[in-house]
Amino acid sequence: MEKESAVELRNISKSFGKVIANDNVSFDINKYEILALLGENGSGKTTIMNMLAGIYYPDSGQISVNGKVVSISDPKVAYELGIGMVHQHYKLIDVFTAYENIVLGLKEKNKDARKEILDICLKYGFEIDLDMHVYEMSVSQKQTLEIVKVLYRGAEILILDEPTSVLTPQEIAKLFNVIRNMRDDGKAIVIISHKLNEVLDISNKVVVLRKGKFIAEVDTSKTDERQLTELMVGEKIELDIHRDEPIDLIKRLEVKNLTVLNEEGRKALDDVSFEAFGGEILGIAGISGCGQKELLEAVAGLQQIEPGASIIYTSPENTEEELVGKSPRQIRELGVHLSFVPEDRLGMGLVGNMGMIENMMLKDYSTGHGLFVQTKAPKSLASTVKTELSVDTPSLNTPVRRLSGGNVQKVLVGREISLAPTVLMTAYAVRGLDINTSYTIYNLLNTQKKKGVAVIYVGEDLDVLLALCDRILILCSGKVNGIVDARNTNKEEIGLLMTNLKGGN
Amino acid sequence: MTITTLLAWVVAAVTFGTVIMYGCLGETLNERAGGLNLGTPGIMMLGGIASLTGAYFYETSTTNPNAFISVIISLVCCVVVSALGGLLYGLLTITFRANQNVTGLTLTIFGTGIANFFGGSLVKLSGGLGQISVSMTSNAFKATIPFISKRLGIFSNLLFNYGWLTYLALALAIVLHLFFFKTRTGLNLRAVGENPATADASGIDVIKYKYLACCLGAAISGMGGLFYVMDYAKGTWANDSGIETLGWLAVALVIFTSWKPKNATWGAYLFGFCYWIYLYVPTPVNVFLMKTFGLNKSTYLQNLYKMIPYLVTIIVLVLVSAKKRHHDRAPESLGVAYFREER
Repeated sequence: MEKESAVELRNISKSFGKVIANDNVSFDINKYEILALLGENGSGKTTIMNMLAGIYYPDSGQISVNGKVVSISDPKVAYELGIGMVHQHYKLIDVFTAYENIVLGLKEKNKDARKEILDICLKYGFEIDLDMHVYEMSVSQKQTLEIVKVLYRGAEILILDEPTSVLTPQEIAKLFNVIRNMRDDGKAIVIISHKLNEVLDISNKVVVLRKGKFIAEVDTSKTDERQLTELMVGEKIELDIHRDEPIDLIKRLEVKNLTVLNEEGRKALDDVSFEAFGGEILGIAGISGCGQKELLEAVAGLQQIEPGASIIYTSPENTEEELVGKSPRQIRELGVHLSFVPEDRLGMGLVGNMGMIENMMLKDYSTGHGLFVQTKAPKSLASTVKTELSVDTPSLNTPVRRLSGGNVQKVLVGREISLAPTVLMTAYAVRGLDINTSYTIYNLLNTQKKKGVAVIYVGEDLDVLLALCDRILILCSGKVNGIVDARNTNKEEIGLLMTNLKGGN
Repeated sequence: MTITTLLAWVVAAVTFGTVIMYGCLGETLNERAGGLNLGTPGIMMLGGIASLTGAYFYETSTTNPNAFISVIISLVCCVVVSALGGLLYGLLTITFRANQNVTGLTLTIFGTGIANFFGGSLVKLSGGLGQISVSMTSNAFKATIPFISKRLGIFSNLLFNYGWLTYLALALAIVLHLFFFKTRTGLNLRAVGENPATADASGIDVIKYKYLACCLGAAISGMGGLFYVMDYAKGTWANDSGIETLGWLAVALVIFTSWKPKNATWGAYLFGFCYWIYLYVPTPVNVFLMKTFGLNKSTYLQNLYKMIPYLVTIIVLVLVSAKKRHHDRAPESLGVAYFREER
């Protein structure tokens, strides 16, 4: 069959502030084809598709749809061009029925709308109850509704962002069936994914992105998991992070059979067991949303833990404490500290409108006596953190919201370290930081390790994990998919463990 | 309780209920599009004083004032001034994305101040307290349906003896309800209030809907003030906070009705009944209650009675959230400003 291109992307670049999300990316999306867009977290897959959907506008480059150069300024234009995107977070209105969601915003009244929608469902094999309310629907029903909505609006080019991440294997099989039906009907389909086996199963063509750059385009029939992993993670980059051999390992945490359910009632963590030792850095790797956040929060006492789990903490005095069932404050007072840096950095841990001093106070306000807060201790702590970590702030009272990302992170990590923890958990501690600031954070963590602290480091960059950590635990779909010695492994091994659950997916 | 006192209670309840109903319907329209306008009491004050001012200057400046024209003038004044109040709110909260609660509360203070300022001036102009009166306009508003309001004995008094604005409010409630739940535009409006990002992505002009809802909503709310001035106060002005009190009840009623105008058709009267309950409770009950609570003044007890509508609202709120009834909940993005680039 002659390949007919539906969309041509040429030299697309897009940056957000200093961060370059897409750098000179070009590829085609063809009709009668399923294209898989593959890449690690932050490789710019979703960003480039959002530009097709009219949510972002490219800084430079050219988009052609059906041979014509177009300017997709907002989602409406995308609809008119026949481009429909199903986002990872569904855009549906809970209290409306399926039907109301589908026809929402359409100008002309169509008496045959219901029939036409049902025809679409029949044609591709969707099952949908038009009078069901969205809040009564399962995740997979919502996804079906999103796809039908996009199709009813005449989409010929369909983009699905991580469509399988929330589905059960049966639901995935069903979804893949309708996707194949749509392809055979002549639609151009893009699937954003990082699950290799699914990519190999469904797609005709794979485009690999890494750090915003176009890496390769391969025919699915001519590739395999190993090649794709290599393309995805890239060559090993030598990072000059100083790493001491761990000495005097003492068991600090022993996690057994930890299971946590997410809001939808699915297992975010599934029977996780591991140990963390004082004097080493334990890295945690995984595709985003595979349970990293839940794991740290469960240890810190912020998650509802399913029965049967135990988290034993061994204190420096050699007494054993069960952390399950303790309040976050009790856990913190035992010396288990969480410095969590979420996507928006200020969301957890710091109060944006407060200065450094007040933020220092947040964790130990309850130790004060008397009516008024004691500012002396936090003040000296704040100035210590400022000088030792060279935090760049006009004054200790400047709202931390106004500091740059790196400085905010330093304040956050600095405060947790200052409390002399025995277990220090950090997540995405260097996200969005430049290379020098990142090294400051790595050194901080290494110093803690030398002091005998058990450091747990959740990271995204495999090179850093390999260079910084002593052992790496790989999470895949909430399960521990392997714990490897960071000195005797490579990116490919970790990449495969991240994307392929042992014993079938 | 005699039939006469019961009848008086009903009439009083319907009168105040109508004021509350207008306020509630306007605010419902606004809240359905995501705007929580706590300035409703202030806007009702503005509506009230605007209608009075318009009618006063028409009646005093014309030698042979025409009742129909005076009704039109005071209606237009009320609607325009109230809508301007809504526009101010919209400008601050939609375009400049100011905090809706703060803006709304400020608007109430602003509206009350303006209304009492002009009210005081009107009183002075007309030669002192109680002198100001637009009796002709007031009577035109109080006009009842001919024949039927007289012929049916007690039923006439109970059902048909109110000014025509009372029935207009009921009609408006039904029309609004049908608009929200039966029309395409209503569906779009509700989508804006639930999830503006989704609405925007579906091609709905979110900003336009929000502005229209808050201006039209304010205009409807303002009618409550007009009804209070023209019907209850018989075309006079008192510098008390009567309208404002009812305005807060209107805001509470929006919650009580679970954002459904059809429920306002009875909810408003229920609130009216509750408001006047202190006048009609049999004396032994009052005496008993005062003893139980250890109160020594009847006004204390009155204030307790006046809390009842709010108490009922709180109970409804708790019931709705406890039963997880999705369709009775507040619009999801109520009170949240929309900014497209944040999607």
